[in-house]
Amino acid sequence: MTRHWPGWLAVAAVLTAVGGSLLAVLVHAGGSGALGPADAAAIRFTLWQAALSALASVALAVPVARALARRRFGGRGLLVALLGAPFILPTVAAAFGLLAIFGQGGLVNDMLDALGFGRLSIYGPQGVILAHVFYNLPLAVRLLLQGWSAIPAERFRAAAALGFTTRDINRHLERPMLREVLPGAFLAVFLICLSSFSIALMLGGGPRATTVELAIYQAFRFDFDLGRAATLAAVQLCICGLASLLALWIAIPGAFGAGLGRQADRWDANEGWRRAADAALLAAVTVFLLAPVLAVAIAGLAALGELGRAALAAALRSLAVGACSALLAVAAALAIGTLAAGRRGLAGRLAEGAGMLPVVASPLVIGTGAFLLLRPLADTGDLALAVTALANALAALPFALRAIAPAAVRLQADYGRLADSLSLRGLSRLRHLVLPRLRPVLCFAFGLSAALSIGDLGVIALFGDPARATLPYHIQTLMGAYRMDAAAAATLLLLAVSFGVFLAFERLGRHDPDA
Amino acid sequence: MKRLAMLTGLFLATAAAAGESTPVLTVYTYDSFATEWGPGPAIEAGFEAECGCDLRFVTAGDGAALLARLRMEGAGTAADVVVGLDQNLIAEASETGLFAPHGVTGGRLDLPVAWTDPVFLPFDWGYFAFVYDRTRLASPPASFRALAASDLSIVIQDPRSSTPGLGLLLWVRDAYGAGAASLWADLADNIVTVTPGWSEAYGLFLNGEADMVLSYTTSPAYHLIAEGDDSKAAAIFEEGHFLQVEVAARLQSSKQPALADRFLAYLMSDAAQSAIPTTNWMYPARTPSGGLPDGFAALPVPPRARMLPADAVPALREAALEEWREALSR
Repeated sequence: MTRHWPGWLAVAAVLTAVGGSLLAVLVHAGGSGALGPADAAAIRFTLWQAALSALASVALAVPVARALARRRFGGRGLLVALLGAPFILPTVAAAFGLLAIFGQGGLVNDMLDALGFGRLSIYGPQGVILAHVFYNLPLAVRLLLQGWSAIPAERFRAAAALGFTTRDINRHLERPMLREVLPGAFLAVFLICLSSFSIALMLGGGPRATTVELAIYQAFRFDFDLGRAATLAAVQLCICGLASLLALWIAIPGAFGAGLGRQADRWDANEGWRRAADAALLAAVTVFLLAPVLAVAIAGLAALGELGRAALAAALRSLAVGACSALLAVAAALAIGTLAAGRRGLAGRLAEGAGMLPVVASPLVIGTGAFLLLRPLADTGDLALAVTALANALAALPFALRAIAPAAVRLQADYGRLADSLSLRGLSRLRHLVLPRLRPVLCFAFGLSAALSIGDLGVIALFGDPARATLPYHIQTLMGAYRMDAAAAATLLLLAVSFGVFLAFERLGRHDPDA
Repeated sequence: MKRLAMLTGLFLATAAAAGESTPVLTVYTYDSFATEWGPGPAIEAGFEAECGCDLRFVTAGDGAALLARLRMEGAGTAADVVVGLDQNLIAEASETGLFAPHGVTGGRLDLPVAWTDPVFLPFDWGYFAFVYDRTRLASPPASFRALAASDLSIVIQDPRSSTPGLGLLLWVRDAYGAGAASLWADLADNIVTVTPGWSEAYGLFLNGEADMVLSYTTSPAYHLIAEGDDSKAAAIFEEGHFLQVEVAARLQSSKQPALADRFLAYLMSDAAQSAIPTTNWMYPARTPSGGLPDGFAALPVPPRARMLPADAVPALREAALEEWREALSR
C-alpha cells in the first residue's frame, strides 16, 4: 500500500473533489430530493443515446485504427494528429461546425438540393448520435491506435515469417489486443456522451433529447431544488461507477511481451483491394471529421478583423489555466495508472474506476459545491481561475488516465520484475524507467489535457468575471452580446491555441526512448 | 532592491488606506451587463464620478443564475444591489425575503404596463418576438396561428435553461390559456430545434438554420445601428407580445442602504438610461430627455403588451412546462 501512496493520494483527491462538492450541495439543500417521471425519462434517454453513440464510435474506430496501423504513407503522422481536432473543439463550436455541413443550410443539403434530392434533417436522435460520433471517434481511434502500436514490431515480423494471413494476424494479434483496449475505449466514449448537454439538446431537436445534465440544470435554475440536482448528479455518478467496473472487468491484458519499441513493418493485407478499401475509408473519415472543423476555421478567418485585445488576453489566461490543469491531470493519471498496474486486484480496479468518475461529474454541481465550500474562506471571484484550473484538471483526468493506464500496465508486465530485482524504486524508477518508457503517452496525455482544458468552459461561467475571462468564457459573452463574428474569430483563436498545444506535445512525445 | 521593497510597502499602505476611506458598493448582475459592450462600464464610470465610492460588479450567467446565487448566499451575501432579475422571477425572489423596498420614489416609468412594485425597480424592458431576415422571408406570419399553419422553421430556447424560452412559454400560455397545449402541438413541426440559451439560437438563425428565431423586437436595432444592416426585422403578432421587464433591487442585508438607493436612483437617471438602448439592446424604463436612438424610434410596436401578474407565474409555469414537453416530445 505504502509503495503506491501517490496513487492513493490522487484517488483520495478525486473522491474529495467529486464527493465533497456533491455533499456540500446536499448539505445546503438539507437532504436529497425525489425524482419525477420526467427525470426518469431523462435517465433513460441519456443511457440509450450514450450506449448507441459509444457503440457507433467504437465500431467505426476499429477499421479506421486498423487502416492507420497497417498503412505507411507520407503525412500519416500529421493526419493522425489532425483527426484528433474534433475532440478538442469546444462543444458549441462543434455543433456549429457540424451544422455548417449537415444542417438545414449546410453543405450536404445544398448538394442534395442541387442534385434534385430531398433535404435531410440532422435534428433528432440521428443528429445526437452523428454529433457524438464526430466528437468521440477521434478519441476512440487514438485509444485503439495505441493498442496497435503496443503490439511489438517483432510479433508482426514473426507473423510474416510464419506466413500468417490477414485473418491469422487478426486472430492471434489484433483480437487479443482489442479485447484489452476496446472496453476502455467504449467506456470513455459512453461516459462522455452520458454527460452531454448542449449538443444533445441542440441536435436532438427538443425536449425529447433531455439528458440528465439538462435535468440537473432545470432542478437548479427552474425549480431551485438543489436536493434533486444533487440526487440526479449522484445517479450519474452511480451509472459511471457501474459502467467503469464492468468495462475494467471485461478488459483482459493482451500479454504480448516486451519488444524493442520500433515501428512495426507489415507484410500482410497487401492485396490491392485491401489497400483501396483502407484508403477509401481513411479518405471518407478524414472528410467527415475535418470538414466541420474547416467550416469553423473558415467562419473565423472571415471575421479575423474582429479579434480584439480582450480575446488575446483571454487566450493567455486560458493557456496558463490549461498548463496547470494538464500538469495536475497527468501527474494524477500517472500515479493512479501505476497503482492500477501494480495492484491488479479489486483495489487497483476500484482506483482506476475512481479516476474515471470526474468525466460524469456535473460541472454545475462541482462548481456549485466548490462555491459553497470556498465562499466562507475567500472571495470566489478571486479564486475563479484557480478553481477552473482544478475543475478542468479533474475533467481531463479520465482521458489522461485512459491514455496512460494501459501503457502503465504493459510497462509493469514487461519491466516490473526486472526493475524490482534491481531494487529500482521511487524517484529513480520514475526517472530511469517510467518517464522514458511512457514518454509518448505522457506527452500525448499532457497535450490532450491542456487542449481540453483550454477549450472547456468549465466552472468559470458560474462565478467568473468578464474582466478575467478565459477564452471559452469570453466567446460566450461575445455571443451573448450579438457579436457572433467576433465570437467566430475568437473560436478560431481558441482552436489554433488548443490544437497548437496538442500538436506541440505530440511531437515532443515522438522521441525514441532507446535513443 | 531594499528601496524597491520600501516603495512597494509604502504603495500598499496608501492603497489600503485609500481602500478604507472609499466605500465599496457591490452590484450583482448578469454577465453581458458587465462586459465591455454592456451598459456596465458607462454606468460604473458615471456613478463613481459622483458617489465617491468604488462600484464593483460581480456576475452570474443570467437572471435565474443571479437569483440562484443569492439564494445560496442568503443574508450573508456581499451584494448591496442586484441588477437584472426579470418580472417572472419576482414572486420567487420576494419569497426569499432577501430584498428591501427601494427608496426611489417619484419619477415616471415609461413601460407599456402599470408598475407599482415597491421592491423591484424596472430599469429596462423589451417585447419578445420572432426575428426574421427580410431578404429570405417576404411576408412573415402575423400570429401564432399563422406561424403554426405555415411551413416556416423556427428556433426557440429551452424554458428550463433560458429566460427567453420561459418568456415564450408564458406568452403562449397567456395568449391561448387552455388552448396552449394544442397550439404547441401545431407548432411542433415548425420548431427546428431547441437550444440551451439565447446565443446558440440566435447564432443558428444567423447561419441560416431556420427562418425565424425567438428574440426581441429590439434585436433588429442592433444590426441596424452596430452593423448598418437593415435586413433583420421582428414579426408583429396580433395576439400581442409578451414583455420582459428587467428589474433591480436593494438587498435587505446591505450595510449601506443609502448608497444602494443612490445607485438605484442613478440607474434611472438620464445618463444611465441613455446608455441602455445601444448596449443592452432593450428599451429604457425611463425614456431619457434626448429620446431614443434613431434605430429604436423606427421599430414596430406590437398592438398589445402582455404580462402575467408576478404572483401568478410560479403556479402557471409548472403546468405550462408540462404541456410544452408533452407536445414537443411526441
